Amino acid sequence: MPPIADVLTPDGLAAPVGLRTKDLLSIGDLLPEEIYLILDTAEAMKEVGTRSIKKVPALRGRTVVNLFFEASTRTRTSFEVAQKRLSADTINIAASGSSVVKGETLADTVRNLEAMAPDIIVVRHQSAGAGHLVARLCRARVINAGDGMHEHPTQALLDALTIRERKGTIKGLKVSIIGDLLHSRVLRSNVQLLQVLGADVSVCGPATMMLPDMARLGVRATTSIDEAVEGADVVMLLRIQLERMSGYFFPSLREYFQLFGMTPERLRRAKPDAIIMHPGPMNRGVEIASDVADGPYSVILEQVANGVAVRMAVLYLLADELQS
Amino acid sequence: MVDDTRIMLTGGHLVDPTNSVNGPADLLIVGGRVAAVGRDLPIDPGTTVIEVPRHGVVCPGFIDMHVHLREPGDEHKETVATGVAAAVAGGFTAVACMPNTTPVNDHAGVTRLIRGKAADVGLARVYPVGAATKGRDGEQLAEIGELHAAGCVAISDDGRPIANALLMRRALEYASMFDMPVIDHCEDRSLAGDGVAHEGYHATMLGLRGLPAAAEEIIAGRDVGLSGLTGSPVHLAHLSSRGSIRAVRDGKTRGVRVSCEVTPHHLTLTDDRLAGYDTNYKMNPPLREAADLDTLLDAVRDGTIDCIATDHAPHHYDEKHAEFDSAPFGVIGLETAVSVCLDRLVHPGHVTLVRLVELMSTNPASILRVPGGTLGVGVPADITVLAPELSVTVDSSAFKSLARNTPFDGWRLRGGVTATIVGGRVVYANAAAKGAEPFTNAM
Repeated sequence: MPPIADVLTPDGLAAPVGLRTKDLLSIGDLLPEEIYLILDTAEAMKEVGTRSIKKVPALRGRTVVNLFFEASTRTRTSFEVAQKRLSADTINIAASGSSVVKGETLADTVRNLEAMAPDIIVVRHQSAGAGHLVARLCRARVINAGDGMHEHPTQALLDALTIRERKGTIKGLKVSIIGDLLHSRVLRSNVQLLQVLGADVSVCGPATMMLPDMARLGVRATTSIDEAVEGADVVMLLRIQLERMSGYFFPSLREYFQLFGMTPERLRRAKPDAIIMHPGPMNRGVEIASDVADGPYSVILEQVANGVAVRMAVLYLLADELQS
Repeated sequence: MVDDTRIMLTGGHLVDPTNSVNGPADLLIVGGRVAAVGRDLPIDPGTTVIEVPRHGVVCPGFIDMHVHLREPGDEHKETVATGVAAAVAGGFTAVACMPNTTPVNDHAGVTRLIRGKAADVGLARVYPVGAATKGRDGEQLAEIGELHAAGCVAISDDGRPIANALLMRRALEYASMFDMPVIDHCEDRSLAGDGVAHEGYHATMLGLRGLPAAAEEIIAGRDVGLSGLTGSPVHLAHLSSRGSIRAVRDGKTRGVRVSCEVTPHHLTLTDDRLAGYDTNYKMNPPLREAADLDTLLDAVRDGTIDCIATDHAPHHYDEKHAEFDSAPFGVIGLETAVSVCLDRLVHPGHVTLVRLVELMSTNPASILRVPGGTLGVGVPADITVLAPELSVTVDSSAFKSLARNTPFDGWRLRGGVTATIVGGRVVYANAAAKGAEPFTNAM
């Protein structure tokens, strides 16, 4: 395998390095060495973003479809920037609401796209497993950009890249993930990835938002935020999905913030060099105080920057498989 | 004109639990009824002799007391005609069909329509189950007396169980006047919410909203309590969880008139199948955990579970070929049940053939108070001929059912059906079964 830098020269050709699987649907599909390959590739990709002409030809002539059934600004933009930096031909399809509402089934939407021979389809959908359905229906590589409560694998990868940059390694770090655990695809991807990379993961949230059968995940769970934060190297906050809360999960945003909101005072229990992460979009004053979000420990915007690099890496590695 | 057609089944192994028969015996059918059972029966001139193939087992006709025939209203999924064709191909001589049609089978017109269609086809017997409440809305009782008069054998709001305990009590009391059981799909829908898979590790990891076992168990417990209170029989459909079995055991110990059924898929599959999001593993109640499956097997062995019923739930390919959470619940079972039960229950030694006949024929007949379940002299000759050693590879494309939504496609199973006889008439002979030619010739 040639150095990644070689393939990123303006006339560089991609060498056959890549992933074992056709698609990236779930962190669980990746072997540890594939995770490292993605992270290493992403580090190399970051350099492209520092150039005055932020473009390499790795995906020239490739057609990538961003098929988004769910509103997204950050993730869709991140994928699109990544694709453009790799010179792919990018098409954005924003299907408002579910395909069923429009009268066309997801299967038909995908079959129609497939007929136009895209190389990669990036799909976000409100239903868990939608990416699996898309992948079964087409030859194109499929990247899961978030499927219901299931997974958001590129988010976990960009989180891992951010932690590794800041801490040097992930092995042995105490990572606390706090917030709406039940509905979070970010959590499901992160728990698996961080465990593979050797982190000591604990999770915290209201008892109403714990995952059923969580013991089998091998993580420590607590409803005490002080206990969760104690000695943490990394504090990752999860978004409270205001649109999903029906009054059954917690009584009010005010009480949620009182019990689970991350404040500078609470953060004092963490390690002095702890970092604060959030996948966005943030609810200031709900899961995170502005003082924390904007404070010196926050790496939230680094996550966003790394998102582009990680998505470039994934696109590049999957596209590379197309050649071999 | 008196029907005096004479058919003799010779050389078979007869299993008839109600008459304590379990051994080689001939069976004579005259005019559509069982006329004699015994060894080396004399053969009168004019008798059609059908030699049962080696290893063939002659049983009272199997009765599937829980199917969805979809007609009227959803004829793109299944019709009475295709449903009963699937039934006889699966070895069932009778089925009881649930009332969740469009319109709902909550009045005699719908009941008569279904029975008329079934009579036109003339394959399996069809026993409609009427709605317990008008429109299955759980608000007021349906005209149960008229449903009974029109031919309904039980009442149920299947799939939308009566939430109001007082109304459920009244349904039990009222139906008992007609000696009809109330069949309940046990699910507290306020707890189940919009769940799509068994609440447990696999659903958690797959991001699928959970259907907790407690949602089933709460209603199973309630129904046992109400049956005890009223003294009326209640039949709990397709139980899937340990706690429900505990509730039934407890009720039976106390002498409550509770009976229950389990499906072949709940006896063979668990929720780890959900990885991959194949909607042919989406049903309600959902596939549960290994410990539940073990308890169900125990309960089949020890008699806590009375029947095996398929919950045959046909859906169109387009409906199932969708996102997991928007696909409809349900799988078909009529054409795989016998093979699955022989392979997974009888051959491994969980149950004997005698017990299988009780589970699939004798007990459903007695719970529904319909003819059948026995091969005693004088009863209608509804007979299932099993081929326990037949090697079967499930091929959904060859199903008689309109639907293909089976979780067993491609399974290789030991055991199948040789022929199905209804009212003395051979209505199905399995071309793939060795020695089935005499049955084919008699059709």
